[in-house]
Amino acid sequence: MTSFTINGKVIEVDVEDDTPLLWVIRDEIGLQGTKFGCGIGMCGACTVHVGGRATRSCVTPVSAVAGAEITTIEGLDPEGAHPVQTAWRELRVPQCGYCQSGQIMQAAALLQDIPEPTDDDIDAVMTGNLCRCMTYTRIREAVRDAATAMKEAASNG
Amino acid sequence: MIKRILTGGAALAVLGIGGFAIYAWHPAIDEIAPPSADSFPEAQIEKGRQLASAGYCASCHTSADGAAYAGNYPMETDFGTIYSTNITPDPETGIGTWSLAAFERAMREGIDRDGAHLFPAFPFDHFAKMTDEDIAALYAYLMSSVEPVKATHTENDLPFPLNQRFLQAGWKMLYFDKGQYEPETDQSEAWNRGAYLVEGVTHCGACHTPRNAFGAEIATQQFAGAAIDNWIAPALTSDNPSAVAWNKDAFFQYMKTGTTTYQGSAAGPMAPVVHAGLKDLPDEDLLAIATYLGDQVGADDMAPMSNPAVEKSLAAGAPQADYRKEEGERLYATACAACHYNSVQIAEGRPDLGINSAVRLDDPTNLVHVILDGVHADQGMEGVVMPGYRSALDDQQIASIAAYLRDSRTDKAPWVDLEQTVTEIRAQGALAH
Repeated sequence: MTSFTINGKVIEVDVEDDTPLLWVIRDEIGLQGTKFGCGIGMCGACTVHVGGRATRSCVTPVSAVAGAEITTIEGLDPEGAHPVQTAWRELRVPQCGYCQSGQIMQAAALLQDIPEPTDDDIDAVMTGNLCRCMTYTRIREAVRDAATAMKEAASNG
Repeated sequence: MIKRILTGGAALAVLGIGGFAIYAWHPAIDEIAPPSADSFPEAQIEKGRQLASAGYCASCHTSADGAAYAGNYPMETDFGTIYSTNITPDPETGIGTWSLAAFERAMREGIDRDGAHLFPAFPFDHFAKMTDEDIAALYAYLMSSVEPVKATHTENDLPFPLNQRFLQAGWKMLYFDKGQYEPETDQSEAWNRGAYLVEGVTHCGACHTPRNAFGAEIATQQFAGAAIDNWIAPALTSDNPSAVAWNKDAFFQYMKTGTTTYQGSAAGPMAPVVHAGLKDLPDEDLLAIATYLGDQVGADDMAPMSNPAVEKSLAAGAPQADYRKEEGERLYATACAACHYNSVQIAEGRPDLGINSAVRLDDPTNLVHVILDGVHADQGMEGVVMPGYRSALDDQQIASIAAYLRDSRTDKAPWVDLEQTVTEIRAQGALAH
């Protein structure tokens, strides 16, 4: 039995210790916004937050997250209105959309640690999130816009 | 006195015009009954077929949707549009009633059977260089093997007075050297054979030599390159801009296959010259042409791979050379940098691996363990995890990431036998938690 918190809710699952976290999230808990891409931590589609850090859930064994707090795309913002999500919609970033929950989770973690990223920062951190539709330039623009929006919100608050 | 001068001038003018008229005038050559196909030896016909290909006769004497050799291909010149003629053996609209003598006069002097001057769009200035034997072979092929097609010639679109054929006699007087090819005694047999073909039947200069205001090839600028049909026929001299100079081997490869390794491919108007033309010549003729053209360029046979231009271009063409060479860097960017990257200061929970002890130890064991099995929520910084790459990366890939970090982030000596170390640590199994 492994216990952890996901999107604010305490969960207990009865699976093998080496079961990938991604499988637990999708198949046991039923949250399917997080996607299976490559299965070897090389594409970023399965990115979730563990303790606020962007984490590839496909190569993270469920035993590793015992006691941790996990956030998936479903829990990033109750209204789906995280600044990254807002920028995503405004710029119509996705094309097929398969990678976007991983992209958004990665970008949200990036902005938490590096609130005013340069393009080089964005490229360095987002390189591990692949987009087969090649929407990279729009992704970068959305990260910039979200950074601006978060900065304005902070100064107004 | 004035009257006498005027009379004298007029007399001279009359004499001049009369003289030119005599010079310009040529008789018709009698029609013949079309010769039967079996009146020519097969070997002669085959030779004529090769020469017809090598001279690309069909390229200019066939219109886009017309029958082969039936003419009416429009040639856009600076003077107007000239339509090629029907050279099938059709007695009414082709050359079916032309004797060998009439055909030879057309080839050598640019005068048709009726005695009319042909425009130099027909490169008789080149064909004049051919031997009697070759012209007879070409005649044999056209008369015996080309299907007679009734196709009336489209009127040329030339303005007056350029459409006056007798004036072509003046052009010939100025620009046309009659006479067959004369071998250069100080050159090899292959060189002379090549020169004979190039100056004659293959008429390379017709496109590759610039022309003067009257449409004649400029002899002093032979093969200097020129525009043709909205393309550029490049120079066949040392002025050719290819990074690796054309030489004999390159010319041979080009004519044989339509492309070369280092220079380029036969495209645009050159494509049919190779593919519907030169390729039909025997190898020894292609080698002869290659010998002659190689000499025009004057290139040596330097091995192209040692050419600095080749090396520079190859190197510049490899994108992100470091990424491609350095597997460790590539894997790090994909698998690690999403967390292990910091901008101007290090954020908690985003360890900078250049200063991390695991990377700076004399022994890589700790780093390898962490890459294999990650860091659990109850280890390290609480509540934060690092995934494990045990099932995702193989020993060599993990070793390459470790080696990359050691090399790029520290001034420490490289770890030795790294891959072997990964293999051994992997064999120990995941640490129990």
